[in-house]
Amino acid sequence: MDIPENGPPRTLPRYSATFDPHTLSEIRRAAATGIYDIRGGGAKRKVPHFDDLLFLGASMSRYPLEGYREACDTSVTLGNRFAKKPIELKIPITIAGMSFGSLSGQAKEALGRGANMAGTSTTTGDGGMTPEERGHSEQLVYQYLPSRYGMNPDDLRKADAIEVVVGQGAKPGGGGMLLGQKINDRVASMRTLPKGVDQRSACRHPDWTGPDDLEIKIGELREITRWQVPIYVKVGAARPYYDTALSVKAGADVVVLDGMQGGTAATQDVFIEHVGLPILAAIRPAVQALKDLGMHRKVQLVVSGGVRNGADVAKCLALGADAVSIGTAALVALGDNDPAYEAEYNALGTTAGAYDDWHEGNDPAGITTQVPDLASRLDPIKAGQRLANFLNVMTLECQTIARACGKSDVHNLEPEDLVALTVEASAMAQVPLAGTNWIPGT
Amino acid sequence: MSGGANTDLDLAALSLRDVNAALQGAEEGAFTVLNPGGAHALACGLDAPVEVLVKGHTGYYCAGMNKAASVTIEGNASTGVAENMMSGTVRVKGNVSQSAGATAHGGLLVIEGDASARCGISLKGAEIVVGGSVGHMSAFMAQAGALVVCGDAGEALGDSIYEARLYVRGAVASLGADCIEKEMRDEHRAQVADLLARAGIDADVAEFRRYGSARQLYNFKIDNAY
Repeated sequence: MDIPENGPPRTLPRYSATFDPHTLSEIRRAAATGIYDIRGGGAKRKVPHFDDLLFLGASMSRYPLEGYREACDTSVTLGNRFAKKPIELKIPITIAGMSFGSLSGQAKEALGRGANMAGTSTTTGDGGMTPEERGHSEQLVYQYLPSRYGMNPDDLRKADAIEVVVGQGAKPGGGGMLLGQKINDRVASMRTLPKGVDQRSACRHPDWTGPDDLEIKIGELREITRWQVPIYVKVGAARPYYDTALSVKAGADVVVLDGMQGGTAATQDVFIEHVGLPILAAIRPAVQALKDLGMHRKVQLVVSGGVRNGADVAKCLALGADAVSIGTAALVALGDNDPAYEAEYNALGTTAGAYDDWHEGNDPAGITTQVPDLASRLDPIKAGQRLANFLNVMTLECQTIARACGKSDVHNLEPEDLVALTVEASAMAQVPLAGTNWIPGT
Repeated sequence: MSGGANTDLDLAALSLRDVNAALQGAEEGAFTVLNPGGAHALACGLDAPVEVLVKGHTGYYCAGMNKAASVTIEGNASTGVAENMMSGTVRVKGNVSQSAGATAHGGLLVIEGDASARCGISLKGAEIVVGGSVGHMSAFMAQAGALVVCGDAGEALGDSIYEARLYVRGAVASLGADCIEKEMRDEHRAQVADLLARAGIDADVAEFRRYGSARQLYNFKIDNAY
C-alpha cells in the first residue's frame, strides 16, 4: 500500500453523540462556576413536534374550497361556559402571558397594539397589570399567579378574563425567579419588593391546594368579578388528561395547556429541558378528557408551546384545540434575537437566534430588559405592526390549509386530516403513520 | 360608617350571589349576615366603607380582597380569610384556618383566637394581629407589613421572608430559612403597642420579640441553591 508523503489517511475527528460539544461546554461551565445555568425561553432540545405531522388536503373524496373567494371562518369565543361576557376573538391565536418586569414597557405596549390590530387578546404576567398595558390591550387576560404580585380587585375587575396559573410548560411544578438586575424602582414598587432584590415567585398558590380548593377559589374570583368575565386555568403539560379534567371539575371556562417548548423569563436550564411534555403529546389527552366529560367545545382548550406559523395553528386546531397562544414567536416578531444586533449579541457571548439570557436584562433588542437605553430601542408602534403582520400571516396560512382540506371554518379541521411522519408523532398525536392506517397503541 | 339602619341578609333565604351583590353594591351602611353556614367567598370583593357583621362561621375566603369595608365574623373562619385585603378591617372573633390574610396588601386583620398554618403568607403590607397562636410556615415569603402573635408560633416562622416585621410574645418552634431574631427597638415597641390597641387586645408589649429577614436570600448565589 502506498503511503502518501503527508502520512496515512486519517478518520475525521468525531464528537461523541452522548458527550456532544454543548454537553462538554456545560460540564466545563458547571465545573468552573458551581452554579446551575439559568436562562429564558423554552426547551431547545429536539422533541416530536408539529413538523412531524402533515395535512392530507383534499382529494377524490374531499372537496377543497377556493382560497380567494370562499369564506373560512377564524373567529372563536372563549369562556362561554359561565361568564356573562366571554372573550370574542377574530383569530384563534392569542398572546401568552408575559410580565411587565420580564419585558420592557415598550414590549408590553407593542404586544397590546399588535393583538388589537389582529383582533385578539393579550395577557399580563407575574407582576400585575400596568395602566399602559390595559390601555393598549382591547382584550386583556389578567393572570392570577401564586406570587399575587400587584394583585388587586380593581385591576381584577378591569380584566376581560382571568387566568389562574397553576403551571407553565417550561417548568411544570416550578416557581419563578426574576433576578435583581431587572427589579428597577417601578418593578419593585409593583411587586412590593426592595429594588435590586431577586424576585422569587412561589410554585404553589398561597391559599389553595388541589382541585377541590381551586373550585372554591374560582368561585371567589367569580363573586368578586360578579360572574362577568371568563376564568381560565393554565397548566403546564405534565398529566394533560387529568389536569384538564380537574380544571373542568374546578369550574374553568377555558383550559390553557402549555407544552415544554413554551418560554419562561428565567428558570434553570435543567428544568426547562427535562420536565414536562412536548405540546404535541399533550393535546389529544386533553381533548379526550373534555370529550369524556361532554365538555369539548364547551370548555375551550387553548394550547401553546412552540407554535410558530399557521401550519402549527392548523395542526393544533385539527387535534381538537379551540385556539393557540404564542409567546416566543410573538417576541421574535417584535424583534427579539434580530440579526441586526449581531455584534452586540457576540459581545454578550452569544449569537442572534440563540440569545436566551433574558433574565440578565441586557437584551440588545430592548424587549427583555428594564434598562431605559435598551428598552427605548423598541418602537412599540412599529413593533406592534410587525406582530399584527405576523398574526395576519399565521391566520392566512391556517386558512390556506383549512380550505385545502375543504373546511369553511378552521375549527372544522380534524385528526382525520392529518398523518404523521414518525412513529413517535403518530403515537402522540394519535393520527396514522403516513402511508398507513396504523396508529401505535390502537 | 353610616348612621343608617342595619340591613339583615339571611343566607338561609338568599343566595350567596344575592348577599354579595347587596354588599358589593352598597356605598355605605351596616349589614348583618345571618345563617352563614360556612359559606365560601362571603362578603368578598367589597370596596366601600360598609360595616358587615357575620353571625356565625364562614367558609373559605371570607372578606377576600376587602377594600375599605369593616367585616366582623362572630365565629370561626376557614381558609384564606381576608386574603389579598387592600384596606379596611376584618375581625374574627373565633379561630381561623390556614392562609389567613394571605398576600394582603393593606388594612388590619384581627384574629382573636388562633390561626392555623401559613398565617400572613406572602404578606404585602397588611397588618395582622393574632390573639392566640399561629401555625407552621406563618409569614412565609412575607414581603411587607406586620404580624403580631400574642401566643406561640409554629415551625418555620418567616421562611424566605423579605421585609415584613414579625412580633411574637410566646415561643417560636423554629425559624424558617433566612429568618432571624432582631433587636426590639422603641419604634418596634411603638408599632406593637399601636397594633394591639387597634386590635383591642390587652398584652404587655415588653414580652414581644421581633423577627425578620437576614437578607441572605435576596440575591441568587450558590450557597442558596441547596
